[in-house]
Amino acid sequence: MLYRPINQNYHDFIVQRDRELCINCRVCERQCSYLVHYWDENRKQVMHDNAKCVGCHRCEALCPTGAIVIRHNPSQFRENSHWKPWFIKNVYKQADGGGVLLGAMGNPQPYPIYWDRLLLDASQVTNPSIDPLREPMELRTYLGSKPDSLEFEEKEGKPSLKTKLSPQIKLNYPIMFSAMSYGSINFNLHIAMARAATELGIVYNTGEGGLHPDLYQYGPNTIVQVASGRFGVHRDYLNAAEGSDALSPAPHHDIYSIEDLRQLIYALKEATEYRVPVSVKIAAVHNAAAIASGIVRAGADIVAVDGFRGGTGAAPTMIRDNVGIPAELALAAIDQRLRDEGIRNRASVVIAGGIRCSADVVKAIALGADAVYIGSAALVAVGCTMCQRCYTGKCPWGIATNVPSLARRQNPEIAKQKLVNLVRGWAHEIEEMLGGMGLNSIESLRGNREKLRAVGLNEVELDIFGVKPAGR
Amino acid sequence: MKYLIIGNGVSSIGAIEGIRKLDQESEILVISEEEFPTYGRPLISYYLAGKIGDDRVWLRKKDFYSKNKVTLKLQQKVTALKLAEKRVVLQGGEEERYDKLLIATGGTPFCPPIEGSQGEDVYFFTTLAHAKKLDANCANLKKVVVIGGGLIGLKAAESLFDRGVEVSIVELAPRVLSAAFDDTAGNIVAKRLKELGFNIYCNTTAKEIKRTEEGRVKGVLLQSGEFLEADAVVIAIGVVPNLTLAKEAGLKVNRGILVDKKLQTSEVDVYAAGDVAEAYDFLVGENRVVPIWPNAYSQGFISGQNMAGANRDYTGGIPMNSIGFYGLSTISIGLVNPPEGQGFEISTYVDEEEEIYRKLVFKDNFLVGCVLVGDVDMAGRYAGYIRFKVPITEDKVKAHLINNQPTYLEWPEEMFQAQWNSAARIR
Amino acid sequence: MKRVYVNPEVCIGCKLCELACLTEHSQSKDLIIAYREERMQGLLPRNTVEESGWITASLNCRHCAEPYCIQACISGALTKDAESGRVVYEEEQCVGCWSCLMACPFGAIKRHPIKEKIVKCDLCPERSIPACVSACPNQALTFEEK
Repeated sequence: MLYRPINQNYHDFIVQRDRELCINCRVCERQCSYLVHYWDENRKQVMHDNAKCVGCHRCEALCPTGAIVIRHNPSQFRENSHWKPWFIKNVYKQADGGGVLLGAMGNPQPYPIYWDRLLLDASQVTNPSIDPLREPMELRTYLGSKPDSLEFEEKEGKPSLKTKLSPQIKLNYPIMFSAMSYGSINFNLHIAMARAATELGIVYNTGEGGLHPDLYQYGPNTIVQVASGRFGVHRDYLNAAEGSDALSPAPHHDIYSIEDLRQLIYALKEATEYRVPVSVKIAAVHNAAAIASGIVRAGADIVAVDGFRGGTGAAPTMIRDNVGIPAELALAAIDQRLRDEGIRNRASVVIAGGIRCSADVVKAIALGADAVYIGSAALVAVGCTMCQRCYTGKCPWGIATNVPSLARRQNPEIAKQKLVNLVRGWAHEIEEMLGGMGLNSIESLRGNREKLRAVGLNEVELDIFGVKPAGR
Repeated sequence: MKYLIIGNGVSSIGAIEGIRKLDQESEILVISEEEFPTYGRPLISYYLAGKIGDDRVWLRKKDFYSKNKVTLKLQQKVTALKLAEKRVVLQGGEEERYDKLLIATGGTPFCPPIEGSQGEDVYFFTTLAHAKKLDANCANLKKVVVIGGGLIGLKAAESLFDRGVEVSIVELAPRVLSAAFDDTAGNIVAKRLKELGFNIYCNTTAKEIKRTEEGRVKGVLLQSGEFLEADAVVIAIGVVPNLTLAKEAGLKVNRGILVDKKLQTSEVDVYAAGDVAEAYDFLVGENRVVPIWPNAYSQGFISGQNMAGANRDYTGGIPMNSIGFYGLSTISIGLVNPPEGQGFEISTYVDEEEEIYRKLVFKDNFLVGCVLVGDVDMAGRYAGYIRFKVPITEDKVKAHLINNQPTYLEWPEEMFQAQWNSAARIR
Repeated sequence: MKRVYVNPEVCIGCKLCELACLTEHSQSKDLIIAYREERMQGLLPRNTVEESGWITASLNCRHCAEPYCIQACISGALTKDAESGRVVYEEEQCVGCWSCLMACPFGAIKRHPIKEKIVKCDLCPERSIPACVSACPNQALTFEEK
């Protein structure tokens, strides 16, 4: 192509337009925010520039005649298992621009996916399975600190609970919508999440961008996040919600020790008059278990752990692809550590980062999670195709964008319904899987690693997971 | 309850439809001097031109009257109103009783005192009967002079021209279409007509219609001294409201029958609508006769509703005309020739080559009128701005209007929701 | 009566509604033939996607309770169907005088590109939901009673 840096021709995708079907109606042109499709006045037809395509499939989805297919560019470099095209192209890009490579969504690299190495049990012969369509099945989950022991007293001849319970978040399903800020996604989706959470009886997390006043009404189903930037954090914000979620990556300039963290946790508790639990979120990193232990001891009611598959709106590609550890391992390690230290009851554990289906949820809970956060899955539910270009702010699906003409592509009503449908669908499947294992409550599965078996893991991995290999 | 409607034009149809929305049972009697059931009066030019036949002139389907339980008496003239007794007298002495009366007698062609205007070969052009008469004689006509260069005159001229007749148009004003359109639009139309072969004489009028010894028309002598040979003359200077009945019965009249906001005359239970009525005009803010088709229907409709007990205000129509000549469409809406020095702002666009002309008249933050020639597709949108008095507060919006890009999306949000996105019950 | 309502907040300006309308009112009922061939012979969508900057909305006949177009129609081509409430258009009757086009304050009536006839929304009498509403990918158009 004329007038263009030579390596831009090594693009990832090609637009395959079937001219038999294409009527030049220009729907693709109107939908593409990357200007791939354009009207060529000389040829009097719609043309496209493959080099600009990010593979979001919006045009393909909207094309009324099915004339468009987005394909991987079949152009191949000489085969080299070490110098994969990914690395070659990145080097070209940086040689051209000299900047930091940007990426979005979770780590897409081929690291082991432990969810896929863990298998669930099913009742056979000796213990009966339960049919959730016929028998009650409890998915309700309470997040928050549980007392070490319960004391009762008699009042007017009746037993009553003497122990003062910590504040709890009540969830109808052990699933929450992840922290995705108003900024990384738009207002339409915030409304959709808030309404979906309310309808489902779960909660969504505001992310670090603050909370639009219109959304205060959904407070009972909201976790407000206090992130490193402290964007939009004030007393009303904190008190708008059901829970407070402190912390996200990289420096909180007022936290240099567990003691500092403790101060912040109690500052938040004071600000919210001990009405809501405080959750501390950390990335799954090398010594996550020890950090989690410190967090619980610092007074957190919930520990949220985000694995390296967890989505982001924008991150340096090298960080996204090479930092952190799989959430599955972090979860198992944290749960075990807290149990070993006898403080597991003092905080709930929430796992996030790459939960793709209801089986992942079930496995996470069996590994010790109280609940999961879903972010990417929620976005996929409303149309995301994982093109990983959130950082451009031009999301053609109207998700990771605040450009008004694009944001309107998310009708909050439709998005809400899709989120509700997704969680309800997963909930049915979770009930089926629980029933299959002979369990009738999510509580009975929590940390119940006996219900898991592993395939293809080595001794150390098995040890960390506390899971037997399949066959044993 | 018995409704009686005198006249069978579009007002009458509006009234029937207005009544029947509220009252499906009571008797409706329509008395008409004409010999035909209701027809599209402006269609007579299409009829004369041969574009449509007898099958297509009707404004409503054949079963309209029976479906709406209307008794139709044709070729019957009402000669007097006995308001005190709530009766009307028909020619021949027969009487009809009513509970609610609508006078929708329309107008009659105005015939100025021109020497020679009485007699054969002089035609009018406001009824189907007129058109049929002209149609029957058309084969014998070679040259016709049309006196009056207004809407009716030009449509008559066009129809005759289509039938192979050489046509001359005589207009007193400096240009054709002086009442409804402005100079430029009039000139564009005149230019088009001249190119096609029409003869147009402006700033003059007929002094005398010359006749042969047998009494047949042989030509028209103009005030200017010119003599135009002709086999026939069509007089199309305008119509005057048929006020005789109302006047004789003692109803208050001015240029038309005076009606209040409910379209009721000075007599209770007696209403007037259409070209005969002098009703409220939304643009000038006072009563006047606006002999315009849509207003006639709408006044008929509202008066019908009120006769049936609705108590609705007629909020006033807007003058509007759409007329085309050989593919050149022209539309005028609202105030198109505003008086000078009263704060009106005018924007015009002319492309003579393409025969496109656009004139917008603004007053304060509102569009109050427009003339469109050639490119008329946006007419309705302009009408919306005028009718709903949509405030134009942003320069961008005004620029879009001026550039033929009006859009409802630039209406104030509440107006859009109220007018566009609601049940659309407006008038 | 049920009408087509538009929510400009979520209209994405894709114009699929126009394509659906075009197809529904084509001879072939085939988008590709309708767009490539019948459009050249004067087929027009009845609706229009209005644009003002990035705000868009698909607009068509309101099927008013008391329609201005019917007041203005000189030929009896436009009538209000008492039962369905639709403003019904009979093309054979139309003489192309553009009175309705002028009178409709919603600009919902178009000129046929070739014939001296108008074109307007008929609410797709053969469908339970008008084509434009069915085609809208973002529910910016709804067919409902309000």
